[in-house]
Amino acid sequence: MSLWGRLTGWIVLIFGLTYFALPLLGLTEFSLKARRGVYSLDAYAKVIADPEFQATFGYSVMMALVTIVLGILIVVPTAFWVRLKMPWARPYVEFITLMPLVIPAIVIVFGYIRLYNTSSWLPMTGSIMGTNLLLAFGYTILALPYMYRAVDTGLRTIDVATLTEAAQSLGAGWVTILGRVILPNVIPAVLSGAFLTFAIVIGEFTLAALLDRPAFGPYLQRIGANKPYEPFALAVIAFGITWACMGLIQLVTRFSKHSKVAR
Amino acid sequence: MAFLELSHLEKSFGSNRVVKDFNLDVGQGEFISLLGPSGCGKTTVLRMVAGFETPSSGAIRIGGTDVVGKRPNQRNIGMVFQAYALFPNMTVAENVGFGLKIKGKGRDEIAARVTEMLRLIGLPDLGGRYPFQLSGGQQQRVALARALAPKPEVLLLDEPLSALDAKVRVSLRNEIREIQRELGITTIFVTHDQEEALSISDRIVVMNGGIADQVGPPFEIYNRPTTRFVANFVGQLNAFTATVEDGAAGRVRLAGVPVTLPAPVSGGSVDLAARPEALYLGRREGNDVVLPATVRDVHFLGSVIRIGADVAGMQVALDTFNRADQPPPAPGAVVELSLSSRDLIVLGG
Repeated sequence: MSLWGRLTGWIVLIFGLTYFALPLLGLTEFSLKARRGVYSLDAYAKVIADPEFQATFGYSVMMALVTIVLGILIVVPTAFWVRLKMPWARPYVEFITLMPLVIPAIVIVFGYIRLYNTSSWLPMTGSIMGTNLLLAFGYTILALPYMYRAVDTGLRTIDVATLTEAAQSLGAGWVTILGRVILPNVIPAVLSGAFLTFAIVIGEFTLAALLDRPAFGPYLQRIGANKPYEPFALAVIAFGITWACMGLIQLVTRFSKHSKVAR
Repeated sequence: MAFLELSHLEKSFGSNRVVKDFNLDVGQGEFISLLGPSGCGKTTVLRMVAGFETPSSGAIRIGGTDVVGKRPNQRNIGMVFQAYALFPNMTVAENVGFGLKIKGKGRDEIAARVTEMLRLIGLPDLGGRYPFQLSGGQQQRVALARALAPKPEVLLLDEPLSALDAKVRVSLRNEIREIQRELGITTIFVTHDQEEALSISDRIVVMNGGIADQVGPPFEIYNRPTTRFVANFVGQLNAFTATVEDGAAGRVRLAGVPVTLPAPVSGGSVDLAARPEALYLGRREGNDVVLPATVRDVHFLGSVIRIGADVAGMQVALDTFNRADQPPPAPGAVVELSLSSRDLIVLGG
């Protein structure tokens, strides 16, 4: 590569890094300025000690776990079946799983409220458990594009049809095949989808706010409106969680024990 | 009475009839090969026996019980696939024990059977390895052990040697045959490799266009093919057209030479065939047919020399053993080829 080419590459890289890193550095630096004149972790300490932070964060983590389980239960069998028996349906399923990227969360939540309000035939918003369920369903839909793609990519790396037939010839039924043969072989992909789902749920605002649930997203917004330094500490924490999720995706993909599976 | 019976089996995919009126009786402990070119329906027959395809019509009986309505996991069949299909997330021992675990066998029983199976396939120390840590041949051995561990009634082998290199293929096919004999398990082996089928089968079913063209022991299939397809597909073949002079007496004229066939023939002309090893370079006692020929090409194959020659406009090939004191004729040389009229195959169909 010529000197000019290399130089251009470096300029583009430095510009890109600056574009992304500078606001984050500013954000982090400001979050450390809670005590006048010196850098301190006061804002972080205050945020972490806040019982509302603990409650909302705990709630969102719980919702993320429920969403991940729901996502796995819906997506893994669907992607498996489409790959095995209904390859013709793949474009349609892919289109459906892409819908949440096109339809804003606010449309989904208004649809929910209209369909499942207290005067409807299924008044899910009438109870806390019902609303929590509704929120989990909503999160599952928001995470669908990521979960489906992750699992489908994982299924592509194994010979689904032959493994299924091998298990069948050994006497296995569908549940055993899915649970003991297919799922363990797409675990890295499922975990990738799970971490993406976790990152989405932790920061999600619209569904939780409009369904009036005590999630982390609305808490972030409330703190941001009323406190000077804490919102920035929270933003850094939220970024940290997202990056940790991304890092874990890389880890499970790279260090998967069966990454060299024979096709 | 046959242990595995396939009667009037048919399979269509849309308007395409892949298997047509297929009938086969397999005895207990018999090793049957389904041999044929790609698309002849052999794998479809195997998959119908396994339960992965449902026949359009016909019956499949194992030990007298019709299994057509049964799901694959209810048929007590062991299957080995071309692509090994070992479960990548499980160790060798877990793979071999999978079928037993499904059957709800106890831990000790599974461990004992897994040890027995690994010893049978000659890999007693590899139980803790994962499939990706094994060679292709080892993986296929493990797949065989896994299929045999739950003691299936029928073993189905779907081109299990195709993905292996030539040397491993030969040794593994012999091992498969030994293990099959030792266990006495009824086996169907699908292959497109005639050498494989000829070397290890009790009987061969040569399939063509969805039908069983000929069923018989390897010796009979090779030496007495009943159809032109079988004659051409199994082994090398020299085809001749002869003029019938006296059909009832079996007298024909081949390349201008009178020949008396062992059986009567009909029609004005007859298609005859001879294997390359049935032709002899020069005259020999017992060879009653002598044909003038011109050597076209000579291929030195080590212990065997294959000679291509023209006989009255027909191209033939003959095999002769290499002997250091007898160099082969040069291309263009005029020679005599002889054969016994008893080695001539009359082609039908």
